Amino acid sequence: MVNTDNKTGWSRTEMAQKVALDIPDGSYVNLGIGIPEMVAGFVPEGREVIYQTENGLLGMGKAAAIGKEDRELVNAGKKCITSIPGASYFHHADSFTMIRGGHIDICVLGAMQISKDGDLANWSTGAPNAIPAVGGAMDLVAGVKRIFVITQHVTKKGLPKIMEECTFPLTGKQVVERIYTDLAIIDVNKDGLFVRELAPDVDFDYLQERTGAKLNLYTDIDN
Amino acid sequence: MIDKIIKSATEAVSEIYDGATVMIGGFGEAGSPIELIHALIDQGAKDLTVVSNNTGSGQVGLAALIANKQVKKMICSFPRTANSTVFPELYNAGEIELELVPQGTLAERIRAGGAGIPAFYVPASVNTPLAKGKESRKFNEQEFVLEYGIKADFSLVKCETADKYGNLLYHATARNFGPIMCTAANVTIVQAKKIVDAGEIDPEVVITPGIFVKKVIEIINPADESQLVADELKYPW
Repeated sequence: MVNTDNKTGWSRTEMAQKVALDIPDGSYVNLGIGIPEMVAGFVPEGREVIYQTENGLLGMGKAAAIGKEDRELVNAGKKCITSIPGASYFHHADSFTMIRGGHIDICVLGAMQISKDGDLANWSTGAPNAIPAVGGAMDLVAGVKRIFVITQHVTKKGLPKIMEECTFPLTGKQVVERIYTDLAIIDVNKDGLFVRELAPDVDFDYLQERTGAKLNLYTDIDN
Repeated sequence: MIDKIIKSATEAVSEIYDGATVMIGGFGEAGSPIELIHALIDQGAKDLTVVSNNTGSGQVGLAALIANKQVKKMICSFPRTANSTVFPELYNAGEIELELVPQGTLAERIRAGGAGIPAFYVPASVNTPLAKGKESRKFNEQEFVLEYGIKADFSLVKCETADKYGNLLYHATARNFGPIMCTAANVTIVQAKKIVDAGEIDPEVVITPGIFVKKVIEIINPADESQLVADELKYPW
């Protein structure tokens, strides 16, 4: 895969591919808006993954073809999509029964900040003039079995997104299991943050410099 | 004899009064009962508390109802969308209240309201600003917050097919909040793209049983909200 971003680390496409590789066959998955949506394009050959969109569809298919859009068949980002054969529609209370009730295996979300303990902030900067909007993020992190985050490693201004404590209002506390960034894949364990994989040309020191919390290598301790 | 079919949108919304709590279906434009909302704008009831997932787009539908200063308070999960400017402006000017609720909690509060359940505990929002000031309790070592069911005076819902008893079918993801909002209001008013004779809807596939619906009006060709927004149209026309 060619790195189209012309910078160190993985492209957004490669990040999405990395996430897709970690989703087991037969999983029920909810994808957040933005980069997470790209994950659906990279399911490895031989695996079947069913996508749930919280606005009422289990079995979400590809984006609707131009000219074939149905304004009443949309995903959580309100984009026109399609349903696969075998899909089902349901109302919002049933949708969140799936989510809150622990029936969804994996949720892939974007992030503004993640703490070393897996706290996630992804809905508000807390700025006084910002219009707060939360959508389904708090329900997803509270109910889905495994929460994966996919995000750039640092903000547009170059500040770490992975830090000791989130400074933005939380979406949920101790909810993130794994972080996929352009620089690395990092596990959030009870003993701290552990680097699972480094992107090409990224070494541990380079990664640590861009991270606001202590990172560990799996080789540091027996696991 | 039971016949819930109403001839005009004007008549359908005529009894909505000042200060009422009104649930409005839809996830963005999917399922938004735009003709009923426009009739409510013509009707003019004000100081409304509106329960709806979003706050509308452009200057039509829910956004137009808010722009017309008929809404005192919004209870919703996501008050901004692409092309959503009306609510943010009024909110920043302090002219409209907002009760922000996580989407699943909003759905369950509506479901509970309709099911006669006054309150319940959820894990969503624990340790976040949205749990501030709410009662909490631990079950099996895990913390939950107390949330209250919501009942409405009126619900405005859009569906695909209805009959004179108020049995409803929906289309794709336009179903969203419709079925639960139908259950949670004293008076549920539905716009259907098609009204069929009783018996034409297979009882096995009815989504909303007629008992939850008070009035049905047929709107064969509902407006396409995104087209109206793209054309920069503003209601009242």
